[in-house]
Amino acid sequence: MMLEFYGTEIGSRLLIGTALYPSPQILSDAVVASGSKLVTVSVRREAARARSGQGFWELIKQLDVHVLPNTAGCKTVKEAVTTAQMARELFETDWIKLEVIANDDTLQPEVFGLVEAARILNEDGFKVFPYMTEDLGVAEKLVGAGCEVLMPWGAPIGSGQGLANPSAMKTMRAYFPDIPLVVDAGIGAPSHAAFAMEMGYDAILLNTAIAKAGDPVKMGRAFSQAIEAGRLAYESGLMEPRDMASPSTPVAGTPFFNIDSA
Amino acid sequence: MKILINGEATRTQAKTLAELCTALGHGLDKIATARNGDFVPAPERAKTLINENDSIEIVAPRQGG
Repeated sequence: MMLEFYGTEIGSRLLIGTALYPSPQILSDAVVASGSKLVTVSVRREAARARSGQGFWELIKQLDVHVLPNTAGCKTVKEAVTTAQMARELFETDWIKLEVIANDDTLQPEVFGLVEAARILNEDGFKVFPYMTEDLGVAEKLVGAGCEVLMPWGAPIGSGQGLANPSAMKTMRAYFPDIPLVVDAGIGAPSHAAFAMEMGYDAILLNTAIAKAGDPVKMGRAFSQAIEAGRLAYESGLMEPRDMASPSTPVAGTPFFNIDSA
Repeated sequence: MKILINGEATRTQAKTLAELCTALGHGLDKIATARNGDFVPAPERAKTLINENDSIEIVAPRQGG
């Protein structure tokens, strides 16, 4: 079944951030190589006569992918709501990756402000993709506020640690079987992404692991394959781990096996 | 009058937000604006008056994660 956000089908389960690439061309090549159909973008202050936003916007339009603007760096509900409104006008989409940040060291979501901002934005017609912790209580509040997608962090943004709390991530998947769940942030290697996909997560959103790779284009392909493999594994049904060995080769008919000495 | 543009103290003669954007050379640029923390949609810039000590934000598309 294809991935869907707010009724829109997305042709890839790899969602990519557009920051930190060595050049616009490498960004463009990496997105194409990864097969990603959704990229995240942001809004930032524009200096007089700078026109630096125009070139970036042209590049994104040429990629012909879905665009998900963020509210990165916002620390209050008011900042996040105003930033979302500016992003909606700039990028001509009502999708918003909602970030309300608690502090600069961990970039941890400030979940109380997040829920309040999500409610305001949903009532204003936005389709909110909340960057959140894996806390089930917060998740329920966000769903109650109108969110139809949840995006728990795997680990702090840019840390590349993979899933810091796999047990809670599994619980979250089990608790919300019908809501699209995206691991957003903290993924450092394709194996991290595959692990999350094997758990049944619907998609992976990452930026640094591809942008800062030695070869971002090749790393884009690596993540694409890992995510596809993880998804196929989830759909196939993984075996349960066992404590003890269990022979895979048939025991019956083993040569030199002497019943009398057994 | 004295205002803040993107956090920097600036003097301007512009009476409206639209005049200010033009004076800053943004013309038809893809920008979005806010005044004193509130979003100002593009069609409302021409009727949005600027007052002493207003804080104006002017943003554009940028890379993001």
